[in-house]
Amino acid sequence: MTRQTQGDPDAREVVLAARNVAKSYGNVHALKGVNFDIHRGQVTTLFGENGAGKSTLMKILSGVIQPTTGQIILDGQPVSFANANEARDRGISIIHQELSLAPNLSVRDNIFMGRELRGPMGVDFAEEERQVRRLMEELEEEIDPLTPVEELRLGQQQIVEIARALSVDSRILIMDEPTSALSASEVEVLFKVIRDLTARGVSIVYISHHLEEALTITDHAVVLRDGTMTAYAPRADIDLEWIVRNMVGENYDLGSPPDSARGQVALSIRNLSVPDQTGQDLVRNLSLDVKAGEIVCIYGLMGAGRTELLETCAGRLRASGGEIVLEGQEISHLPIGERIARGLALVPEDRQRDGLVQTMSVGQNLSLASIRNFTRGLFTSSRTERRLIDDSIRSVTVKTSGGGAPIGSLSGGNQQKVVIGKMLATNPKVIMLDEPSRGIDIGAKAEVFRLLAEGARRGLAVIYSTSEVSECLSIAHRIIVMHKGRISAEFDSTVSKEKIMAASGESVAA
Amino acid sequence: MSATTTAPKQDGFSIGRLLLEGRAFFALIAIIAVFSFLSPNYFTVSNFLIMSSQVAIYGILSVGMLLVILNGGIDLSVGSILALCGVCAGAMMQGVTLEWAGVILYPPVWAVVVLTIAIGAAVGALNGVLVAFFKVPPFVATLGVMYVARGVALLMTNGLTYNNLRGQEALGNTGFNWLGFNRLWGIPISVIVLAVVAVLAGLMLSRSAFGRWLYASGGNERAAELSGVPVRLVKITVYTISGALSAVAGLVLASQLTSAGPTAGTTYELTAIAAVVIGGAALTGGRGGVRGTMLGAFVIGFLSAGLVIIGVSSYWQTVFTGAVIVLAVLMNSIQYGRGGRKS
Repeated sequence: MTRQTQGDPDAREVVLAARNVAKSYGNVHALKGVNFDIHRGQVTTLFGENGAGKSTLMKILSGVIQPTTGQIILDGQPVSFANANEARDRGISIIHQELSLAPNLSVRDNIFMGRELRGPMGVDFAEEERQVRRLMEELEEEIDPLTPVEELRLGQQQIVEIARALSVDSRILIMDEPTSALSASEVEVLFKVIRDLTARGVSIVYISHHLEEALTITDHAVVLRDGTMTAYAPRADIDLEWIVRNMVGENYDLGSPPDSARGQVALSIRNLSVPDQTGQDLVRNLSLDVKAGEIVCIYGLMGAGRTELLETCAGRLRASGGEIVLEGQEISHLPIGERIARGLALVPEDRQRDGLVQTMSVGQNLSLASIRNFTRGLFTSSRTERRLIDDSIRSVTVKTSGGGAPIGSLSGGNQQKVVIGKMLATNPKVIMLDEPSRGIDIGAKAEVFRLLAEGARRGLAVIYSTSEVSECLSIAHRIIVMHKGRISAEFDSTVSKEKIMAASGESVAA
Repeated sequence: MSATTTAPKQDGFSIGRLLLEGRAFFALIAIIAVFSFLSPNYFTVSNFLIMSSQVAIYGILSVGMLLVILNGGIDLSVGSILALCGVCAGAMMQGVTLEWAGVILYPPVWAVVVLTIAIGAAVGALNGVLVAFFKVPPFVATLGVMYVARGVALLMTNGLTYNNLRGQEALGNTGFNWLGFNRLWGIPISVIVLAVVAVLAGLMLSRSAFGRWLYASGGNERAAELSGVPVRLVKITVYTISGALSAVAGLVLASQLTSAGPTAGTTYELTAIAAVVIGGAALTGGRGGVRGTMLGAFVIGFLSAGLVIIGVSSYWQTVFTGAVIVLAVLMNSIQYGRGGRKS
């Protein structure tokens, strides 16, 4: 634990290493044997799509969770952290995408939260303030220690998080998507801070979806795909294409567009705008027609407005303008239940939060959206319900001991199939799925896509959103790319991955 | 402990699990056994009927409370609504003076009952609207209504109690005490009212679409909403039913006492919450049932009655009741905590 003197000539010294690190949750293998080194005073970037295992790996490195097998080696010694505090005591800090600052407290109080300096008269605020001022000077940021955090810009808040990590002498700083909410000038400030930190011997683990941006700052790249490390190389040996190839993979078959008969326009979105709380448009004047039997994929980065578009169609969010027309009828004034009854169903993005009722059984979850179909007069018919549940379990192939099993006993993929089965049981004409493959393994992904393709053959209009390029080029007849609330490009199924990514604004410099 | 946590699948039929899931039932059996042993007067039909007619008041309140708690809310106003409705019934029995017409109306008892329940439902609906549409946290909304309803009850009577609720033959409004005093096939009417309320609520929860909506929106409101459940309607309805049932309890209590006072039912909301919790319902919503809640109400009622019969001081009763509640919540967190950690 002796700290190296600053300006050590051997900058390539390994401070932290992962050896065969694997993590499983039950039968789900989130991470399968990852090996890489983090060098002193260098930036190591983790690349990977959603669900590739980046966040699991990050949590293991920062002590939030423990690996099932494998070792973390710190300064040549195998270590195991019981929790994040232990890791922080050994010099490893993490800055989450969602900042963990108390907005009502000042910069000083945030930096010393939970480890206030005690003096004879209670907390020694003067000394705390002095230390914060020194930190801010080192970071060359003009932030007053007494400003409430909520008055700072997001980029400055991030600097406060970094300052907090430095104040506990962190030698390894893990940053999860630090630039996702920053303006271009704030990104520059952040990169300058990162360069200063590395010059001082701090190692950075960096995670970002902005590939080109990450390439400008990184010294090493680790690429993950489906929990496996597909590549590990220094900056000099890699380029953008290399990363994409390793992230997405080449032999990745999720099916092909079904040769279903196109019918009439089933869902027509006309000039739809959706504002956020502050009145800024998350979806801007967007129009889209989807025919019966057609599968449309909506690709976009986080914050592109995909979720807002789908939730507005489903009735959860209110549009500020435009029309939603289902089979020739305007439905934007109807409540959610009525839209479902008319044949428009949404499978939400976050199945734990929006899809499943954890206190109910598998069967009750499956039948939740179609209770009206098995209610006779005042009472529900348990026989009709059981038939509906059994049919659903069979048609979406849920692996469960039966309709009475608790929903928590299923794997992620099967839970997702329950949510899809619930909406399919309402006999929809249009089904919208928001990131249907999030957090499920490849086998389940393929099954979900097979279900959608089957639905399209029966005349169902399917819209699904994704942030994984490989999923665009599977069953979709048409690929819509969204960027900042608008449709930035539209492709057919023969387009290349690079073109899709470029249209989404993923490569900033392009 | 380690044996049960390492093998969660195998202990499905173990005695520990059976005791845990049926805890309210076994607690009730234990209470009856212990007090029957301690006092010869406890285990008699007449004592059970007397105890049950006392339980009826709490039982009716706790059915309404159960619905609200299943929805993930809480209703602190039931005791006050009970008093307000009792006082309203009392006022109507004393005659409603219509000054502009120069007459005093003496509504018949059935009309008093219907109007009183309507008042209770209206106050409950106010709770529901505050919670569902104005997003006031249930605790705060019903706390406010609790004070207002109590205050209105005190204002109506100037703090006094309506004593003569028997009515007069000449006015055609006799029979109010029927609810509290009479028996049908030897069973107190109040107990029959409780049974009817419990059976109806049980059917509603297990067999109706509304029941499923209630469990779903209590378990995960966002998921329920996206599945087309009218979550606001469900909310308003449960608070309305809770208010109406408070009125029923108020009528039964006023009838048992043949008097209606504005301070009646103080802290009854806490007893009702305790009954629901002892019955195994989760305060976070989505879990629980009428059977458990009824057992919970009887556990509290039979325990305190038993302590009275064997001559334990009423101060000790409070201590015992509190201990039972804490124990029940402890068991709930063991039962539900285990399932929750798996995810």
